[in-house]
Amino acid sequence: MSQKVLLNATEVHIILNRLACQLIENHEDFTDTVLIGIQPRGVFLAERIKKLLTDTYKIENVELGYLDITFFRDDFRRSEKILAANKTQIDFVVENKKVVFIDDVLYTGRSINAALTAVQSFGRPKEVELLCLIDRRFSRHLPIQPDYRGRQVDAINEEKVKVSWVENEGEDTVYVINK
Amino acid sequence: MSELSVKHLLGIKYITKEDIELIFQTADNFKEVINRPIKKVPSLRDITIANLFFENSTRTKLSFELAEKRLSADVINFSAAASSVKKGETLIDTVNNILSMKVDMVVMRHPNPGAGVFLSKHIDASIVNAGDGAHEHPTQALLDSYSIRERLGDVGGKNVVIVGDILHSRVALSNIYALKLQGANVKVCGPKTLMPKYIESLGVEVELDLRKALEWCDVANMLRVQNERMDISYFPSTREYTQQYGVDKALLNSLDKEIVIMHPGPINRGVEITSDVADSDQAIILNQVENGVAVRMAVLYLLASKIKQ
Repeated sequence: MSQKVLLNATEVHIILNRLACQLIENHEDFTDTVLIGIQPRGVFLAERIKKLLTDTYKIENVELGYLDITFFRDDFRRSEKILAANKTQIDFVVENKKVVFIDDVLYTGRSINAALTAVQSFGRPKEVELLCLIDRRFSRHLPIQPDYRGRQVDAINEEKVKVSWVENEGEDTVYVINK
Repeated sequence: MSELSVKHLLGIKYITKEDIELIFQTADNFKEVINRPIKKVPSLRDITIANLFFENSTRTKLSFELAEKRLSADVINFSAAASSVKKGETLIDTVNNILSMKVDMVVMRHPNPGAGVFLSKHIDASIVNAGDGAHEHPTQALLDSYSIRERLGDVGGKNVVIVGDILHSRVALSNIYALKLQGANVKVCGPKTLMPKYIESLGVEVELDLRKALEWCDVANMLRVQNERMDISYFPSTREYTQQYGVDKALLNSLDKEIVIMHPGPINRGVEITSDVADSDQAIILNQVENGVAVRMAVLYLLASKIKQ
């Protein structure tokens, strides 16, 4: 197994700031917008983005929820890997809001497909956008594209993209791992 | 982790502590799901479940059916009262006929102890025991423990007394297995005539004095006197039973601590507990019913994940 660094800490920080600014460009003061981090790995990115919006760019009342898609996955009983569910916590109404899904890596698009179904349990959003740190283009199984992307990569299927966060793994780095 | 050690849920006797923990963790997620505006997930959309009730049931049947529908499973219902069982069909024949309609899972209640275990040796479908005679009622015990965990934080180390008709109760037996597995201390309390022989061999203590039992416990699970299963008189009169083993508010208030009151339902108000106890904040009877749906969703989901395509 070999791994190479795709983004180092400085690059990650520059990209996070850019993504936050792009969100502000489209959503201004976030009165009609809510952020939803996709469990499990999208949550770290979502929390970082929220922290940047409130601390650095002084936007008040940015609402952030967590959505678990385990029970909405389309590979239940089809994959050998059985995943444990994570916590869903959406303490606000999604009805008529602009929802921004946040996930670390966009790969086949199936997770986002499941999230689109799952979020409907909380109401009918006005619109849904997608923000991801890494976009693995050419790997999509479904017609799903991000509205905000950190970096596009052409990793092949045998490779794995791993995003590490300071709060979890002790460093902000993105690796491409050759399995 | 994240997979049950069994293919069927036939009784608590056959599962592990880790299985119980996994079921509870999954139930936590489903409890959040059933409190959403839209309370349904698509996980079991390609699974068909047959509810076979060879014995009467209201809440267990409703709870299972709701759990199945909230998981998007297709559901067929069968009750023995309106079936060919009355015409002399055997259990295996009845079930095989239903299974040939391509059913993946069976939820079964049966008056004979061991009916689920027997069936599991003859059919391929995954079986959930919803009560077999006086043997086991595993999902009831799971939801009882889940409700204790929810109210008191943990089941391990808690003192739980099961009061009433232990002899005829599958709820008591499943609860004893489940509570012991999770490290709780268990006593049983009731008239000597309603205590099974050798009950101590399960690691529980018998306490004939209700007051002493209540002073000792954190949780009292009050069982119903199952008159329909009694072929002889086990105590002189209902009035005498209530005097010795009924819980009223005055008795609870005279204790030096606030204990949790549970009841698997249906309640005989004024017999095992009075109305003011059943409706008090100490009682978690309706929480048990709500948790029943979440726990059954977890059991069905986890068993279904073992049915490969």
